[in-house]
Amino acid sequence: MNLVSASWLPPLFAAGLLGEPVSVTHYLVVGAILFTAGIVCMAIKRNALGVLMGIELVLNGANVNFVAFASPYLRGEGAVSLGLDGQVIALFVILLAAAEAAVALAITLNFYNNHSTVDIDRADDLKG
Amino acid sequence: MTGATLLAAINFHTLLFLLFAGLACGFAVAVVLADNVVRMALYLVLSLASTAGLFFLAGAEFIGAMQLMIYVGGTLVLLVFGVMLTAQAPFVSIKTSTGDRVLAGVVAASLLALLLQAAFSVDVWRRPGVGEVAPPAATPLGMALVGARVDEPAAGAPATAVRSGYLLPFEIVSIHLLVVLVGAAYLARAKRRRTPRAIEVAASVESPSESVQSTGSRAAATGTASALVSGGSR
Repeated sequence: MNLVSASWLPPLFAAGLLGEPVSVTHYLVVGAILFTAGIVCMAIKRNALGVLMGIELVLNGANVNFVAFASPYLRGEGAVSLGLDGQVIALFVILLAAAEAAVALAITLNFYNNHSTVDIDRADDLKG
Repeated sequence: MTGATLLAAINFHTLLFLLFAGLACGFAVAVVLADNVVRMALYLVLSLASTAGLFFLAGAEFIGAMQLMIYVGGTLVLLVFGVMLTAQAPFVSIKTSTGDRVLAGVVAASLLALLLQAAFSVDVWRRPGVGEVAPPAATPLGMALVGARVDEPAAGAPATAVRSGYLLPFEIVSIHLLVVLVGAAYLARAKRRRTPRAIEVAASVESPSESVQSTGSRAAATGTASALVSGGSR
């Protein structure tokens, strides 16, 4: 009860965050944040494995959007749900991400064997 | 508001959503901010697991389970193996320059503003869900993957919509996965340092000193050479 009467709860109610059911937009915001974090991760990490993790985050953000649009629980009044299509696409995205991670990891290990580093700034052999 | 009325007013679906959403977004940002690659992998595991919780809350329990099993259980283990195989001391944390960080922050802020504007712009997406309870989706999903749709058409969808199964995409993905895994195993195979030809050359270089000592017994010299060859190729 002490937790419930905490002072941070009323502002959340005032913002309509705790009392109202979740809508698709809630999920889209989460997807947008995951996507942006992934893009930044791909852009600034110099470790090849960090770039891979950024790719995983981007794919995951897209998956959140697909699942949200497919969900019958989140469908608002008058909205059209993707139905099973969204879930199947999310499943395929997960599978293809696993395949992509395997190949990218193999390439990274090859690069590490040949150059003894995983710093992608050193991968400039093809520079003209 | 007293505690009891507050408790009654809380929508616990929303509360759990906020919990998992906060965890997923917080750990995703932690992946970006962390410099140590091992910590990045840990934060990524936690972020992806929280996202599986979001999938469960959206009624996609099979996708959530697959997210846990394939992503968290498979892909991330692969990534952690990559981290362990390449984590020599200088590469555990490679620093990014401050200028790059500032530039990335500006780009991220504008991209996030654009995406959030798009998320809030469609009115029908912002209406709270009608709370329609759907049956578990694992059976319809499995049947759709073998080409037979047993699920009801989505509410609000046009009645004339064509509803096909996913047998062909399923087969394409499975062949793709097989080819990709064979290719990955080929790419990452251990390279043999010494070819058989190089071993023969090395044996013929090493053997003369011995064959000089055992002059006259040609068979012994060949025996030594073949022993060297077999020893080198072992």
